[in-house]
Amino acid sequence: MSSRRSFMGFALGATAAVGGVFTLVGMKKTWDPLPSVKAAGFTTVDLSVLSEGELRTVEWRKKPIFILKKTEQMGQSPTDIVADGSRYTVVIGLCTHLGCIPAFHKDEQKFVCACHGGQFDINGKNISGPPPRPLEIPPFAVDGTKLVLGEEGPEYKKMIEKA
Amino acid sequence: MAEFKKADGIVDWLDQRLAVKSFMKVMMTQYWIPKKINFLWAMGVILLTMFAILFITGLLLVMYYKPDVALAFDSVNKTIMQEVEYGWLWRHMHGVAASVVFLVMYIHMFTGIYYGSYKRGREMIWISGMLLFVLFSAEAFSGYMLPWGQMSYWAAMVITNLFGGIPFIGPELVEWIRGDYAVGDATLNRFFMLHVCLLPIVVIAVIAFHFYSLRFPHVNNEISEELDFDLEAEKYLAGQKKESKVIAFWPDFLCKDIFYICLFMIFYFYLVCFHYDFAMDPINFDPANALKTPPHIYPEWYFLWSYEILRGFSYEIGLACFGIAQVIFFVLPFLDRSDVVAPAHKRGAFMVWFWVLLLDMIILTIYGKLPPVGINNNIATIASVLFLLLLIVILPVITIMERKAKK
Ligand code: FES
Repeated sequence: MSSRRSFMGFALGATAAVGGVFTLVGMKKTWDPLPSVKAAGFTTVDLSVLSEGELRTVEWRKKPIFILKKTEQMGQSPTDIVADGSRYTVVIGLCTHLGCIPAFHKDEQKFVCACHGGQFDINGKNISGPPPRPLEIPPFAVDGTKLVLGEEGPEYKKMIEKA
Repeated sequence: MAEFKKADGIVDWLDQRLAVKSFMKVMMTQYWIPKKINFLWAMGVILLTMFAILFITGLLLVMYYKPDVALAFDSVNKTIMQEVEYGWLWRHMHGVAASVVFLVMYIHMFTGIYYGSYKRGREMIWISGMLLFVLFSAEAFSGYMLPWGQMSYWAAMVITNLFGGIPFIGPELVEWIRGDYAVGDATLNRFFMLHVCLLPIVVIAVIAFHFYSLRFPHVNNEISEELDFDLEAEKYLAGQKKESKVIAFWPDFLCKDIFYICLFMIFYFYLVCFHYDFAMDPINFDPANALKTPPHIYPEWYFLWSYEILRGFSYEIGLACFGIAQVIFFVLPFLDRSDVVAPAHKRGAFMVWFWVLLLDMIILTIYGKLPPVGINNNIATIASVLFLLLLIVILPVITIMERKAKK
């Protein structure tokens, strides 16, 4: 008798647990970004219109992306994106501290985040203040003079491997 | 089935079906309140009044508010403020109430700390109260986002980003919470859901629990005297109202409370009518712009102290300390290891501790608003360290000493 009752209890518990897990999975997925949001995750930028030393900001996945065509004096960095013979700094323009947008100070050749005083050099490397990491590099693919943001091209994969 | 008699009136009719008379006794006429309490004990009822105001004005606002990134800003700043009759009033009442409710909550909390009302059987009252504080914080934050101004947007950005600091799952978690790669329409709608549906329901449930938990140990009093409530109630019911140390919640006690509510309402409507702007950040009258950060981001005044603790340290440590600051008050009854229940002015070192804590939080609040440059940073770090020390180290030490002295 009691074993039958405990079997019923066990069966009930197991059913409830399975149902609960499925419900949680379903609810988690409901909160995930929608397919349309994910599909809009690619942006193509024409690099040929950029001029040297000028910062250009484009929007990708609602985030600002800084694109800077580097001049000769700015030197080289392993994080440079090379396209069409020129070097570019391409980073997500959100401070790695708390997500403010740093401003480009052209004469100092620095990105300065006004929020808590974080500073990044011309390659997006954090040089002072609270930001814990360099500015992030978005996934990209180079296609001639075009830069596709959101796609993980071979150059991107190589860069990530080295890092 | 129970037997129903012909009722001799509407109250009797209800009483037979819902036992309203016993209910009234338990809730009002035979719910005992100590006589020796001062105006600080009126804060609970004031909070309830504020919550009612927030609820009702919120209903009026939600009839015109549109949770859509393209429409939200105008639905608030144009439709509600200019077109809807008295829309401005409901909005200002809602905004000011959301701000002063925290002022009253802090007074309520510190009254509890001062008089030791979190101890000796009253732990659950304290914990459920702290839970209400956290829920109100979430409610305030999710509501702050809805007008979709610049400060709303960037506050949402910064706060959701904080979850990115959680090891391993951080970045994915942030995307999941936002429902988008950045704060966007999905984010706005889920915060809208939280603000008008889920959180209010939970808040109401926890308020009910807070009151329920108050029934057993009863209200503390100004001299932290341990009362025999049954005995005192007997005296009261026998007509010795003067000798009894308690009074009934209704009608005796509530009369006095209503007086304090009236006073408070004068202050509140003074703010609503003449100083509503203190609850409205000017930056929030610019529509949200994902590609431009305001030069200086800060939260509303009631979050400044914990925000300053976040800023006071380097990133990871700041995040951890911020997390601790959010929950540390929950365990206050267990950090205070002394079983002395007495007002702070009778507890020597505890009294000093109390005022230093209060002062430290005021300093954190002030510096939380100032831009984090130069000397401000040092003060922030010192005040943040002091805050953590006071609660985690100094309080237990003081109370252990008290314990030893008693033996
Ligand atoms: S967000 Fe940039 S320094 Fe804090």
